[in-house]
Amino acid sequence: MTMTLPAVPTVREAGGSLASDLRGVRVVWRRELIRFSRDRTRMITSLIQPVLFLFILGTGLSSIARSTAGISFKTFMFPGIIGMTVLFTSVFSAMSIVWDREFGFLREMLVAPVKRWSIVLGKCFGGMTVATIQGVIFLCLAGTVGVPYSPVMLIELVGEMALMAFALTAFGVLIASRIQQMQSFQVVTQFFVMPMFFLSGAMFPLSGLPEWLTALTKIDPLTYAVDPLREAVFSHLNVSPVAQHALDPGVSWNGWRLPVPAELGIVAVMAALLLGAAMIAFSKTD
Amino acid sequence: MQRTFDPGVAGLKSAPLSVQTAEIVGAERQPIGEEPAIVVDRLTKRYGDVEAVRDVSFSVSVGETFGFLGPNGAGKSTMISMLCTLLRPTSGHARVAGADVVREQGKVRGRIGLVFQDPTVDEYLTAEENLRFHAQLYGVPAAVLAPRLKQILEMVELWDRRGDVVQNFSGGMRRRLEIARGLLHSPRVLFLDEPTVGLDPQTRAHIWTYIETLRRAEHITIFLTTHYMDEAEHCDRIAIIDKGEIVALGTPEALKEAVGQDRIEIGVPDPEGAIAALKARLGIDATMSEGMVAFYVDNGEEFVPRLFVESKLPIHSVRVARPTLDDVFMAYTGRTIRDAEASGTEQLHAMARRFGSRRS
Repeated sequence: MTMTLPAVPTVREAGGSLASDLRGVRVVWRRELIRFSRDRTRMITSLIQPVLFLFILGTGLSSIARSTAGISFKTFMFPGIIGMTVLFTSVFSAMSIVWDREFGFLREMLVAPVKRWSIVLGKCFGGMTVATIQGVIFLCLAGTVGVPYSPVMLIELVGEMALMAFALTAFGVLIASRIQQMQSFQVVTQFFVMPMFFLSGAMFPLSGLPEWLTALTKIDPLTYAVDPLREAVFSHLNVSPVAQHALDPGVSWNGWRLPVPAELGIVAVMAALLLGAAMIAFSKTD
Repeated sequence: MQRTFDPGVAGLKSAPLSVQTAEIVGAERQPIGEEPAIVVDRLTKRYGDVEAVRDVSFSVSVGETFGFLGPNGAGKSTMISMLCTLLRPTSGHARVAGADVVREQGKVRGRIGLVFQDPTVDEYLTAEENLRFHAQLYGVPAAVLAPRLKQILEMVELWDRRGDVVQNFSGGMRRRLEIARGLLHSPRVLFLDEPTVGLDPQTRAHIWTYIETLRRAEHITIFLTTHYMDEAEHCDRIAIIDKGEIVALGTPEALKEAVGQDRIEIGVPDPEGAIAALKARLGIDATMSEGMVAFYVDNGEEFVPRLFVESKLPIHSVRVARPTLDDVFMAYTGRTIRDAEASGTEQLHAMARRFGSRRS
């Protein structure tokens, strides 16, 4: 077999500049989006869990949850389940880095002339976008549980979901850069993700809890991401003060109820710290 | 199989391409002058007590195809990972394409291409998306990308399948795409880690044609690892590596010559008489072997004409068998490559490799 080559445009080395690192960020981000858009099964299966929680568990528990003061238990659960969707989508998205490192694309990224931090940043943007889209799809169900499609509320929720998703993906990447095998992923889920989820107030109101549990919920960073979601929803509902107090008590430090901007500030600071830590941890993987 | 570098090829390449290259090069490209493409100086990689690579030194000239031949677990992948900046050497130094693999990682990465042993193309993306992402990572300018993409994809015969998701590709197609990707950004040095492992012979032959075509067109240096003896013959020079050390280094010809003589078998009507005649006229000790008269000489192909003239025998068939690289490996290590792969040390090395790859 013989071959002749036409004039080949050759390219010689780029890289090492900030522009090339930013291109790296964009490549990782866009790849994440393409993968998400092609993987319909993933999109659908990841909606099954929140739907089950909302309609099966929500309906089932409604019969015993009598103290909801006129508010449907499903309505109460709705913002919490948005949080759950964002939590699991973000963390799973970040965890794919473990798989990629062993078998795929990441190995090619690691030998490319881009800095490691750009991979982390791209991954965080990717996880943020994917989780937010997933959350928005779930938001479409708002009407079925008596939550109005108020534009202001929707905008608030999308912004809060994006911030929360970014922080959680950064957290996921930080963990992923320290674990070597996919099997460890189960462990991580059991040790970090589930406790974080249960303590966040996504599934039950943070009012009237025993002191030890209240203390734990305040340590859980996810609490400060879930509460703004609930505030956004409840501020657009017609709720009696009693119901508001029981179902949406907010988070208080020494009797001072944290305003939403403060809670979002906490999440933003967490996001920045986790991102920094993830970048450092990921760059250290030889 | 043997090739000498043809300066005409380089000339051809520089004429039509120089304009475009010059535009792209920019300030970052520095002439590397006469510095070899790869210089390795007493490189060692240790995992605990296991030395995957021990005290290895060699150098590869620009434009050369250099092969690392050895059994699985001999240290080939560890070596390639260190040269590609994916693994930090325990001691020693290495320079690739004019930059130090530890202190100037970024420079090295921009100047090399790497084709991995296991496929790393993204299954969820199309062939073209895979290459486009790669081009962005390496800063291939948009103006150059389109023609370059077409050219490379046509070369590996995937142009028609460019819009297909890689998931639907066969193993051979994936490897071809992988090679296309490694070459897309015109690396100065292309690393191929077992480029044809697991492929059928026809695909293997094709892949060698692509590699050869591009090597000539772009004057790149190729560093490859293989444990296929016949593939090593595509190289200008070969280092035979066993247990982390180079046990022999030279051209395939030189290595084979060092191992021993060529075996010549002749078919004659009267074998007994021929054996006596060979002894008397040429001083050769021949023996009978499966109906043929067999003997050993230093340079078989050159000896055959002499044989006809001087032996004056009525020869009706001749067979010259040159020593294979398998014989070479055997001669230097006392084992066949199969034996070496099956041995216990291999498992230790393989473990070390796995350990290494997890950290890479």
